[in-house]
Amino acid sequence: MRVKNSSLLKAGALAAVATLALAGCAGGGDAASDDSKSDATLTVWVDADRAPVLKDAAADFTAESGVKVKLVQKDFAKIQDEFIAQVPSGKGPDITIGAHDWLGNFVTNGVAQPIELGDKAADFEDVAIQAMSYEGKTYGLPYAIENIALLRNTALAPEAPTDYNDMVADGTAAGTEFPFLVQVGPESDPYHLYPFQTSFGAPVFGTNDDGSYNPEDLQIGANTEFATWLGEQGAAGLLNTTVTGDIAKEKFNSGASPYFLTGPWNVGDAQEAGIDVAVDPIPSAGGEVAQPFVGVQGFFVSAKSKNTLAANEFLTNFIGTEEVQTALFEKGQRPPALSAAFEKAASDPIVAAFGEVGANGVPQPSIPQMGKVWQFWGVTEAAIIDGGDPVSLWEKMTADIQAAIAE
Amino acid sequence: MSTGTQPTGTSPKVAESKRSKRAGRIADHASGGVVALLVKIGLLAVVDAIAVYALFILFLKQDWVIFAIVVVFTAAINIIYFSKRMLPAKYLAPGLVFLLIFQVFVIGYTAYISVTNYGTGHNSTKDDAVTSLIQSAQYRVPDSATYDLAIVEQLGTFNFLVTDPDGDVLLGNTDTPLDEVSGADMSGGKAVGLAGYNTLNFADIISNQDQIAAMTVQVSDDPNDGALRTPDGSSAYLYLSTLSFDEAADTMTNTETGVVYADTGNGAFTSADGEELLPGWSVVVGADNYTKAFTDESIRGPLLSVTLWTFAFALLSVATTFVLGLFLAIVFNDMRMRGRKFYRVLMILPYAFPGFLGALVWAGMLNQDFGFVNLTLFGGADIPWLTNEWLAKGSILFVNLWLGFPYMFLVCTGALQSIPDELQEAARMDGANPWQVFRRIKFPLLLVSIAPLLIASFAFNFNNFNLIYMLTNGGPRDASASINVGGSDILISMVYKVAFVGANRDYGLASAFSIIIFLIVAIIAVVSFRQTKALEDLN
Repeated sequence: MRVKNSSLLKAGALAAVATLALAGCAGGGDAASDDSKSDATLTVWVDADRAPVLKDAAADFTAESGVKVKLVQKDFAKIQDEFIAQVPSGKGPDITIGAHDWLGNFVTNGVAQPIELGDKAADFEDVAIQAMSYEGKTYGLPYAIENIALLRNTALAPEAPTDYNDMVADGTAAGTEFPFLVQVGPESDPYHLYPFQTSFGAPVFGTNDDGSYNPEDLQIGANTEFATWLGEQGAAGLLNTTVTGDIAKEKFNSGASPYFLTGPWNVGDAQEAGIDVAVDPIPSAGGEVAQPFVGVQGFFVSAKSKNTLAANEFLTNFIGTEEVQTALFEKGQRPPALSAAFEKAASDPIVAAFGEVGANGVPQPSIPQMGKVWQFWGVTEAAIIDGGDPVSLWEKMTADIQAAIAE
Repeated sequence: MSTGTQPTGTSPKVAESKRSKRAGRIADHASGGVVALLVKIGLLAVVDAIAVYALFILFLKQDWVIFAIVVVFTAAINIIYFSKRMLPAKYLAPGLVFLLIFQVFVIGYTAYISVTNYGTGHNSTKDDAVTSLIQSAQYRVPDSATYDLAIVEQLGTFNFLVTDPDGDVLLGNTDTPLDEVSGADMSGGKAVGLAGYNTLNFADIISNQDQIAAMTVQVSDDPNDGALRTPDGSSAYLYLSTLSFDEAADTMTNTETGVVYADTGNGAFTSADGEELLPGWSVVVGADNYTKAFTDESIRGPLLSVTLWTFAFALLSVATTFVLGLFLAIVFNDMRMRGRKFYRVLMILPYAFPGFLGALVWAGMLNQDFGFVNLTLFGGADIPWLTNEWLAKGSILFVNLWLGFPYMFLVCTGALQSIPDELQEAARMDGANPWQVFRRIKFPLLLVSIAPLLIASFAFNFNNFNLIYMLTNGGPRDASASINVGGSDILISMVYKVAFVGANRDYGLASAFSIIIFLIVAIIAVVSFRQTKALEDLN
């Protein structure tokens, strides 16, 4: 009895396994036939803020071309590494959102392919196209430009400063805790201090004729005036390595300083804190124009995309339109990269002022050699601000960077 | 169970049959009955179904190694659970499977990566690298015109029907260069069709986009004049390429300078004078990463001090958290103390904080000028808690103590409560003072159950990346040293800095370091576990 029972059950189990196995096969078969159908699907990686805007553009695109668009929401900070890891495996998207300074890494890893904007390239701001170019080829469709500028609390300082000393004088006269604020932090913040550095005529890299950076022309050590200036500001207490981004923001929002060198991302909170904010050009410390780094956001096409035509079409003729660029601007408040959309957005004086500063800026280098610069740059600045010998530290840094690049 | 009852008052034969029946019932019972059997079959069916599905996918992908592994494992699991014997294997199999997947495989894969050059510029296969190099070597001829384009098809071959800026209509395909044609259907100055050819609409283009995007149509018989390509199917541009790939010779040639790049086995096309074309591809480089880990100047210099600090940090973290946790556990274990439950909850609070959040909050509180500690506790003092090397190390140990003592407090409380009170009483009767009771009775008994946790805690702190990264980021760094390693970096945070500089990712080197750290921790753990065997003999 007992033995019979269990052999029956065994037979039943076998049957069940066989059924499940067959079901598995059937499922697999369905999936395979889905793939072989001709209707293409564009997979687009996008961050949560941009997704709703792209949804509308994607619906228009599907209606017009019959190509489905699948939007996949991703954490922006993780996109760069995931895109590089997933494209070679064939699982990556056709298009991803991204920042232009990832481009060098994308190209070195062979995960992005050039796109052809054709004559549309002229419709975008120059700095945006320049940022999206690598070794003479355009790799991305830009949609927004981002850079820092000087925020001014109009209640404490009615006039825009003419230069750095003027700003410090006005700030001191205002009698607040800080004459001006900029985030520095324990390992400094070369990004936020870069406009002051360029005003002394010492950019990081020299440029080629086409405006791209030349990694063999390291100019950061061209002169040590900026380093000396950093040391003076540190000694005077105007730059301080204990002022982190959070502290600087909180102090400005509580009215502890008339000036704050920062980006558009801090404007909203300052206004909410009840501060009447004006945006001014960055005052020059060394006499030349203070050029901040400009970051450009855009979309890249995967090197292994099976839908390159659809991807190009979607980017140039749907994302690259004034309507979508304006919608993206309204969502993120970052000046649009398309000139027509930018002019429309510039009716807001704050956007216009940031845009004006950005137009004078330089794209943040996307060449891989930039990584070697960052690792020495901030620490050296911090050491100088904290009272180290400016000239010898700066020269040491230049030599270290040169050695690291040559490696 | 009633197996022990003696049959009484019945004949031996009847008793025997009764006994065998009873034995049968017991056997049925032990094997779990029909419900358990059904559950077993159900679970195995799920496992087998997943396996069959995986095999199906692997078969399509022709991934034979994993295919074989899945077959062997599925067969083994079915044999183990359908067999009447192999009782130990029935218990061990699930654990072993998870051990293989989550431990052995991960370590094996890390070891494999550590002998490759996988990282930035070497993250895919050679085919991908060739495709990508050719793709990005195409450049549009500067100031060249935009050609209006229609894709027309004849006998399965796609052709470009282009209208050049002068209004001339030309036709060509991948094999035939462009040539002028007449009699095209025009629409708005653009040729849209030609007799004998079908014009593709957008949907057709999209369904054949792979082929169309790959088309290059030469503008003349001379390839150096360039070729038309289309990015969108409706306009074409003139492209030239700076690289050409010679498949037979396996070399890339720069068409402008004539430099030949060959595959020299280092995972990238390399010219005679050593210049590499990136992207390259991932190759096995043998022990290179291990050699680099011990000889590279940026690593070898700080290696000794970083290793010492890592050991000091891990040992001191375990020691301080254990001593404080144990002390509090003893204090709160005393029956005479009031409000013990309240205090206990309070003590466990830091444990409820996510570690990285706690570290960030402490980083803010220890800020030299604006931190709560300096401003309020030290009355506006100017103490560089996180920016002086020794103070930073001290701060790290202190924050880790704050984060870690509740855990020790919890486990010590548990262990103390499991020590029978009689032992203490007996010791007291024999005239032992409280210190002797603790030192000779409680502590040794405590260590029996706590020692393995201390070893685990050591291994955890040895690789406590979160705390270091969030609190000091390895700083302070000496700007006059040419090395990207700070005063409070431990091995794992140093590895992170060395292998992932800026946007460059050297996964091969990082994996080699991981294996080295794994070996260190494994050796220490094995040795310590041997030592704890001696403690168990106490019982």
